Amino acid sequence: MKLTTSDPSKVAGWNTNQPRMGFFTDTSICIGCKACEVACKEWNQVPEDGLNFLGSSYDNTGSLSANSWRHVAFIEQKTQSQKQLSDGIKDSGVRWLMSSDVCKHCTSAACLEVCPTGALFRTEFGTVVVQSDVCNGCGYCVSACPFGVIDQRRGDGRVWKCTLCYDRLKGGLEPACAKACPTKSIQFGELDDLRVAARKRLEVLEASGETKAQLYGDDEKDGVGGFGAFFLLLDEPQVYGLPPDPISATNDISSEWKSAGKAALALLGSILLTVGIKK
Amino acid sequence: MAECHPVGFQWVMEAKARGAKVIHIDPRFTRTSAVSDLHVPIRAGSDIVFLGAIANYILSNGKEFRDYVVNYTNASVIVGDDFQDTEDLDGLFSGWDEQGCRYDPQSWQYKGTEVPASAGNREVKGASGGETHGAHGGKLSTEEPPETDPTLEDPRCVFQILKRHFSRYTPEMVQEMCGISRELFLEVAQALVENSGRERTSAFCYAVGWTQHTVGVQYIRTAAIIQLLLGNIGRPGGGIMALRGHASIQGSTDIPTLYDLLPGYIPMPHGEKYSLEDFIKENQANSGFWYYMPDYLISLLKAYWGKAATKDNDFCFDYLPRITGDHSTYQSIMGMIDGWVKGFFVIGENPAVGSGNSKLNRKALTHLDWLVVRDFVEIETAAFWYNSPEVQDGQIKSEDIGTEVFFLPAAAHTEKDGSFTNTQRLLQWHHKALEPKGDARSDLWFYYRLGEIIRQKLKDSTDPKDRAIKELAWEYPKEGLHGDPSAEAILREINGYDAEGKTLSSYTELKDDGSTTCGCWIYSGCFGNDENKPAKRVPGRDQNWVASDWGWAWPANRRILYNRASADPEGKPWSARKAYVWWDEQKSEWSGYDEADFGKTTPPSYRPKEGTKGAEAISGTEPFIMQADGRGWLFVPNGLRDGPLPTHYEPQASPFDNSLYSQQANPVRQVFYRKGNKYNPTFGEEGQGAFPFVMTTYRLTEHHTAGGMSRFLPYLSELQPSFFCEISPELAQLRGIKNGDWATIISMNASIEARVLVTDRLAPLKIQGKDLHQVGLPYHWGTEGLSKGDSANDLFALALDPNVHIQEVKAATCDIRPGRRDKGKALWNLINNKDNSVANDSIEDK
Repeated sequence: MKLTTSDPSKVAGWNTNQPRMGFFTDTSICIGCKACEVACKEWNQVPEDGLNFLGSSYDNTGSLSANSWRHVAFIEQKTQSQKQLSDGIKDSGVRWLMSSDVCKHCTSAACLEVCPTGALFRTEFGTVVVQSDVCNGCGYCVSACPFGVIDQRRGDGRVWKCTLCYDRLKGGLEPACAKACPTKSIQFGELDDLRVAARKRLEVLEASGETKAQLYGDDEKDGVGGFGAFFLLLDEPQVYGLPPDPISATNDISSEWKSAGKAALALLGSILLTVGIKK
Repeated sequence: MAECHPVGFQWVMEAKARGAKVIHIDPRFTRTSAVSDLHVPIRAGSDIVFLGAIANYILSNGKEFRDYVVNYTNASVIVGDDFQDTEDLDGLFSGWDEQGCRYDPQSWQYKGTEVPASAGNREVKGASGGETHGAHGGKLSTEEPPETDPTLEDPRCVFQILKRHFSRYTPEMVQEMCGISRELFLEVAQALVENSGRERTSAFCYAVGWTQHTVGVQYIRTAAIIQLLLGNIGRPGGGIMALRGHASIQGSTDIPTLYDLLPGYIPMPHGEKYSLEDFIKENQANSGFWYYMPDYLISLLKAYWGKAATKDNDFCFDYLPRITGDHSTYQSIMGMIDGWVKGFFVIGENPAVGSGNSKLNRKALTHLDWLVVRDFVEIETAAFWYNSPEVQDGQIKSEDIGTEVFFLPAAAHTEKDGSFTNTQRLLQWHHKALEPKGDARSDLWFYYRLGEIIRQKLKDSTDPKDRAIKELAWEYPKEGLHGDPSAEAILREINGYDAEGKTLSSYTELKDDGSTTCGCWIYSGCFGNDENKPAKRVPGRDQNWVASDWGWAWPANRRILYNRASADPEGKPWSARKAYVWWDEQKSEWSGYDEADFGKTTPPSYRPKEGTKGAEAISGTEPFIMQADGRGWLFVPNGLRDGPLPTHYEPQASPFDNSLYSQQANPVRQVFYRKGNKYNPTFGEEGQGAFPFVMTTYRLTEHHTAGGMSRFLPYLSELQPSFFCEISPELAQLRGIKNGDWATIISMNASIEARVLVTDRLAPLKIQGKDLHQVGLPYHWGTEGLSKGDSANDLFALALDPNVHIQEVKAATCDIRPGRRDKGKALWNLINNKDNSVANDSIEDK
């Protein structure tokens, strides 16, 4: 089963007029201030994630995890077109990409589909949320997520990730990270509107010569049915440590079930046959 | 700016989205560079060459905004015949006193004028000098307008002097001294010129990367010259923005924590026997708004001493403390070691980490009798006596430190009412959200209570020196759980009121007869009609683009200072696109989007009659109303200690020769040859080769200054958990240092260790034909908190700007080696033996 609808909450059985809400993270205007990381932790009471110097540009968070629901990646690049100037002096020749990563709130969310307890559920906003009082820590979702977003908290066992500030949304507020973002790199809104805005922004960047600028996760035909939290990147996704072609682990589940069914029928037939022979 | 002022940077990003070109000039490629149109890496300490070359580019290509320059600046003024430039004297100006290591500014004056005769006498030896320094624009001794040549052709006019002064600041010189290619330099110069003029304006934003030098004030002066030449002052989109390090640093200059100023930039009096009349005579200007200084001062004295201040007792002028020397931060620190400073209040600062030569600062603390630290957490300045690096290393024992330390918890801004004044002079009110917890108290509560207790103790004193305290007007309504003095009542006092107690609406209502009271004349009007105007929060969408109803800006809620300059001499906007305020013939007044910073009904055609004073002495075409001649000063005849024009000097410690002059460093910089303050040898001195690299300090988004507000918080500490240095792959290879490992950074003053970030963002430069590597050092760390580390400021021996006594920590020399620093005795030996080893160390010199 592959979802192509942009309104997964309807599929999940919500009968409301609530449009699907999401994030558009425009990395071209991210200044790497990490206010999103801090605001997220403050609001959601996410614990500190270790005082580790990673020696990886200005990134000491490393990745999304149970204790980091926003992660700003810093990618230092040598630019291709380094200008040769007079007397052997070169221009900086450096590009520094910054991008605030977050749970993608997939249209086809494998984490949710594999969850045996119903702890993970689809909200009326179309987002994917873990109920910490239901999660039993089985960890199926961890291996199901194609982005490595959802993660078990050490010493707790349960899984934690971005809720797109479900509680704030319920109260009519925007998520903490979007609220704190000083440059509007993180935009929150109705997904349909964000997609329109993102395409316009992409056109502007393309016209200004950003040849590798691209939208990531706005295509409903991709392997996860499109993201509820999608991105505008200035380079290929893998440069940012993002999978270029994410596929939901449960995409093939129906065909697998069919195969399993056939196998079961065959097995049943052979059993009946055996019984018949015995008779 | 994105790095240290990410919230303010949103407006730059918005401007960029609307087509503004953003150019970032910085030794390292930062988060600002990442989103700028152009990054220009520069050698730390060479900015006057770069900026001077832009001035030269403008002047030699006739790119100045001629009508603006001729009418609104002192370009046409003829300078006295005795003036000699650095071009004539190889890096010195006329008036140099070799013995006293200072300048006599007599020869820098406009032709036919003299320095006020008493100025020479006012200089206190070893002190910061006469009151005119740093206080406000200098005065002119004659009431006559100065001699001018509007054609700007006279070889003695400021314009021609300026042209000659910067004539050798060429793109080639920029390449040689700053490491910036000619092409890149020209790209910047052209972009700036093309984006200035009638139709367009450009702004400069700077922070302490420009100020923390032995020539810091002159850096800003060079920018001011460029902006005046291009007509970018007093106009929308123009200006020079000082990005401050804390939320209300501008406020702490307006109502100062500086020793040489009274509120509203009134100079602090010096000497002992010195009457109100003498003080006024020396500091009142004849023309411009400093003519009204007596109104400002006497209203301030009334705010201090209320009913006790009367005409008969000079309004208690005698009660004001007097400057008897240089009482700036670093003099006080050395005074502790020398034994004449016994007690120290530290409020919202962390000198054990954040001040230049933090090591010397920590040493000074051990010499005190008592120390009061008010902060949220026990910062290094409070914990030095048991956990400083020196105690950890066994160089000093806790039991040998006699300082009595009082650590008092402070309330946060969310726990008290008050105002912030930001860089654009905008006052914004913040309301108390909750009561402070435990023993934490607001600053108002603390000082008020301290005053009460001292007054109680002195109540029976008959000693005349105690009268200043006994007679203070010290009554404020109290509110809240802890009885805080009402912040609004204090704002009302700052605003001022008349004899009937009615609030004033402007400083123009102040009087010198004791009938008005005003705590800070430039803030007068912020509480007019008993309305707390800084608390105004009308959203931008509900008002015009100047947004005058958001907060309140001093003076008189003007959003752009000197905005008369946004119109041409006839009072018409320079262009429709840049219209801001203009003369309305019909109404016979200045109108526009902002409050005019000019006589509301003074027409452009107004010319002062002989003998007129104050505002009436400023002609209708002179926008710079605080200057005695109403003009923007390209050339500063009075008020600066290191010359009337900015001149490039190398930092105190530099691996390079000054290519421009024989004079290597600023001749009037303040230096201190004493124990605990050892300078690295500079170019031409023996052993310089031991320190072949340039180091600079800076801040990171994740931390706040000396760390008191960030290193103790887990969510911020985890983002930058370690003190680190940034070096290029080339330097890493040269010294055998690996990314993520430890390295030791060494100066004559100290040796510190840091984790290493090897990055292309700190590119090597080519200076005078040689490779230069720069070492980047964020300075946030100390021994306390969750994120700990050595303090970068330990490395810097104190060398100061002569005008404002700011420390040079943005450019010095160092060495860097792989591995952790030696501890204990080994460290002690390394530093002490560096003197002897430097000569043998030239093998390290590349």
